[in-house]
Amino acid sequence: MEEILRVNNLSKRFEDIEVLNNLSLSVKKGEVVVIVGPSGCGKSTFLRCLNGLEEIEEGEIFLDGEKVSSNKKNMSKTREKIGMVFQSYDLFPHKTILQNITLAPIKVKKRKKAEVEEEALKLLDRVGLLSKKDNYPRQLSGGQKQRVAIVRALIMHPEVLLLDEITAALDPEMVREVLDVVLSLAKEGRTMLIVTHEMAFAKAVADRVIFLENGKIVEEGSPKEFFEDPKTDRLKKFLETFSYEK
Amino acid sequence: MNFEVIRDYLPLYIKAFMLTIKIGWIGIALSLGIGVFSAFILHFKIPIASQIVKVYVELFRNTPLLVQLFFVYFGLPKIGISISAEAYGAIGLGLLGGSYMTESFRSGLDAVKVSQTESALALGMSKGQLFTSVILPQAVTLSVPAVVANLIFLLKETSVFSAISLMDLMFTAKDLIGLYYNTTECLVMLVVFYIFMLLPVSILGSVIEKKTRFKMFGD
Repeated sequence: MEEILRVNNLSKRFEDIEVLNNLSLSVKKGEVVVIVGPSGCGKSTFLRCLNGLEEIEEGEIFLDGEKVSSNKKNMSKTREKIGMVFQSYDLFPHKTILQNITLAPIKVKKRKKAEVEEEALKLLDRVGLLSKKDNYPRQLSGGQKQRVAIVRALIMHPEVLLLDEITAALDPEMVREVLDVVLSLAKEGRTMLIVTHEMAFAKAVADRVIFLENGKIVEEGSPKEFFEDPKTDRLKKFLETFSYEK
Repeated sequence: MNFEVIRDYLPLYIKAFMLTIKIGWIGIALSLGIGVFSAFILHFKIPIASQIVKVYVELFRNTPLLVQLFFVYFGLPKIGISISAEAYGAIGLGLLGGSYMTESFRSGLDAVKVSQTESALALGMSKGQLFTSVILPQAVTLSVPAVVANLIFLLKETSVFSAISLMDLMFTAKDLIGLYYNTTECLVMLVVFYIFMLLPVSILGSVIEKKTRFKMFGD
């Protein structure tokens, strides 16, 4: 399969802390890559570099063969192609659910309102929230808000979708409803980079899992290898923290 | 209380009331303009201009309106600008109000979460698009309570206009008391007229506040 995203030797520092250390990665079209690792290992910073929310200091990023790093003027064009969903949903509180979803396609892509609304309603129906279209974000639960946030990213037809700990602020039942949506996206062949602490979910959704620590890739592999036969001691130790024995 | 006196004075009070409202609202319109403009300068951290705005805000917030009016009233003619007392009043009120409005609008703009900007950027919106359709509507809602408080405060501040011989409500009351000594009637009328001027603003303000708040916060 063809490569859609390529990261070469990406480095990033915050003052004297090295957050990303010479990180390289290649993602194929339709691939689901899950990134796991301890807090502060640079997972979120990595995703934020990919769509320019953090400035890239060293290294290059290629999307579809085009260089995107350090090109501020074209950044919003790139961001149209890279969708991102955040931990805190960040829906626009002054707009209804439908307006939240249609705002960017109408403003940024200059698409026709009627056409965008039709697509938005279809997507809302798909995530089971059609009846909420005229509600405001405050009237929705966390899980519902996060599903709307996913739809809001999808309607821009991104080539790559970045999910940054999208279930970290949700209680277990809501985690399920959100992750079911992500699983169905994976099945239809969407390219996704997912940062998560849900190991069972990672195992189910990933084509490849990456363990990141101190801004470096410590180990990577298929979910089967990664979870059942970890090579490095560090990953073994990390995975042990998720299982309990009495 | 002598109601005949009240009836006799009523036309004078109404005239003063109209003048006070006129200058008050012109001054407020001026202050809103100055406030929005200066708040944008502060929010976007425009070099030099934002330093000037900061000095202006501190200068006008920390001096009484009376002192500012004297500066404008006696100062401007010295540099060859001579305008009517009404214009001095409106400008004085506009400058004082502008400093308060600047801070109200700025705090509204700054109160919109950074993550709102980030999620709008992530959707490919330009800085201009995200400002007009994401930041500004939220900032306005967040500023409403402070702006309404300023409106009421500024309308009350018009009472110092009498110091520069503007025939506003306060001037009229003091003048009549000085001439005829009907102190009780004059002061009661003064209070009634001020309440008549401010109560609608206060009520309308809380209605707007509730309406805009409910949409975003639901309480």
